[in-house]
Amino acid sequence: MAQLKGWKEIPIAGIILEAGNAVEYRTGGWRAFRPVRGEAECIHCFQCWLFCPDSSILVDAENEKMIGFDLDHCKGCGICARVCPVNEKVIRNAGTKLARDDARLCIRIVEEGRVKE
Amino acid sequence: MSRFEALTGDNAVAMAMRQVNPDVVAAYPITPQTETVEFFAEYVADGLVNTEFICVESEHSAMSACVGASAAGARVMTATSSQGLALMWEIVYIAASNRCPIVMSLVNRALSAPINIHCDHSDIMGMRDSGWIVLFSENAQEAYDNIIQAVRIGEHPDVLLPVVVCQDGFVTSHGMERVEVFDDEAVKEFVGTYKPRYPLLDIEHPKTLGALDFYDYYYEHKRQQVQAMENATGVILAVAEEFNRKFNRNYGLFETYCLDDAEVAIVVANSTAGTAKVVVDRLRGEGLKVGLLKPRVFRPFPARELVEALKHLKAIAVMDRSISFGAMNNAGPLFLELVAALALHGVRVPIADYVFGLGGRDILPREIESVYRDLLRVAESGRVERLVTYLSVRE
Repeated sequence: MAQLKGWKEIPIAGIILEAGNAVEYRTGGWRAFRPVRGEAECIHCFQCWLFCPDSSILVDAENEKMIGFDLDHCKGCGICARVCPVNEKVIRNAGTKLARDDARLCIRIVEEGRVKE
Repeated sequence: MSRFEALTGDNAVAMAMRQVNPDVVAAYPITPQTETVEFFAEYVADGLVNTEFICVESEHSAMSACVGASAAGARVMTATSSQGLALMWEIVYIAASNRCPIVMSLVNRALSAPINIHCDHSDIMGMRDSGWIVLFSENAQEAYDNIIQAVRIGEHPDVLLPVVVCQDGFVTSHGMERVEVFDDEAVKEFVGTYKPRYPLLDIEHPKTLGALDFYDYYYEHKRQQVQAMENATGVILAVAEEFNRKFNRNYGLFETYCLDDAEVAIVVANSTAGTAKVVVDRLRGEGLKVGLLKPRVFRPFPARELVEALKHLKAIAVMDRSISFGAMNNAGPLFLELVAALALHGVRVPIADYVFGLGGRDILPREIESVYRDLLRVAESGRVERLVTYLSVRE
């Protein structure tokens, strides 16, 4: 953690003068669940990128590929898995409710600490 | 240079607001509001000001809109009273913490229950720890003068705090008086143009105000507020000096009346100080050495200066128009703070509290005279018989 400043050194009223500095705040520590991606299943549709409220979907813009998660900021909300059209298709084909960490899914949601990936 | 008009306290404040011509006024028009916003709404409708008048859906929203507008970089004013201020509560603190130099006219009136909208100081005393600068006004003229000075005090770069200007409900707010109104240009020149330090509308420099502030920095931001309050005393005096020079009036942290050679004195704020002056004149006519101190600046509390002005006395009475329920001896807030100030500076003058006028109960010259007569007895015996008196309450 950076050296904490004294009251004379900081702007009044808690005003934040640097735009976009939320990136310095590592919210990944709040996570109870983590998204895990099936590389083979991903169709790079970018739906997860579009919906992620924390801009935590990493993409290779040049090659238009989804490449992973920014786990420093991902809070594990699971929205990516909910909007994933591959997940939707797998669940429909299975004809039954699937566990959220079912191996067949494109984006699985697993309990934090259960897996190393 | 100026003209004299017959104005109520509410109208005098509205007149000052018209001359200041703030960017935004947000208010909610319901009892207990004040006529001030009615008068001001007329000025807006008549095109006499350029103000964006936001008629909100509650007093809570009124102060919220003021905070938002002030953060955007606007010069902002509002007016309220009694329960209206109570409903603003949450945002009153936020205005001070966000360092928004909003100027608010407050007509001092009682808080419910039982339902009462008449004069006392319960409303303002509740916000004394909120971080606002608090100015008292004896009459419509002082309310007018204080509003104009408040703009400069709050917006000073070393202060940046909201300022509330008090006047007594009905006695001052609805009573018509002779008020000296300065030329529009002179007031405009005095208040100048507001240069906000961190306006959110400065889109070249994007910033965030009102973000989460945890145990790592919240405390430092509170310490900054302390500094702003400490700076305020000097700024209030400097602004008063400039005002006195320009408009030929005499403002300071408080006003003294026949105090220098007095043996006993009453400390009382707002309109009752005016009545007390009449009593002082009468008793002086009898050769009694009585005096008066009328606080103008309540926040920041000028402890050292008050003690300096009062320490030669043989007895002091504070007259409080509110009660701090459950506080030491169920006394009033002004008394409690003054007692602490005297003790802190090692001054041992016998002092007593007289609570009076709650819920608009009239305070008569003979009642004030009875306080002076009590004081003269205390001065002789050197002993306070009763620490807190509820003046004129029926047993």
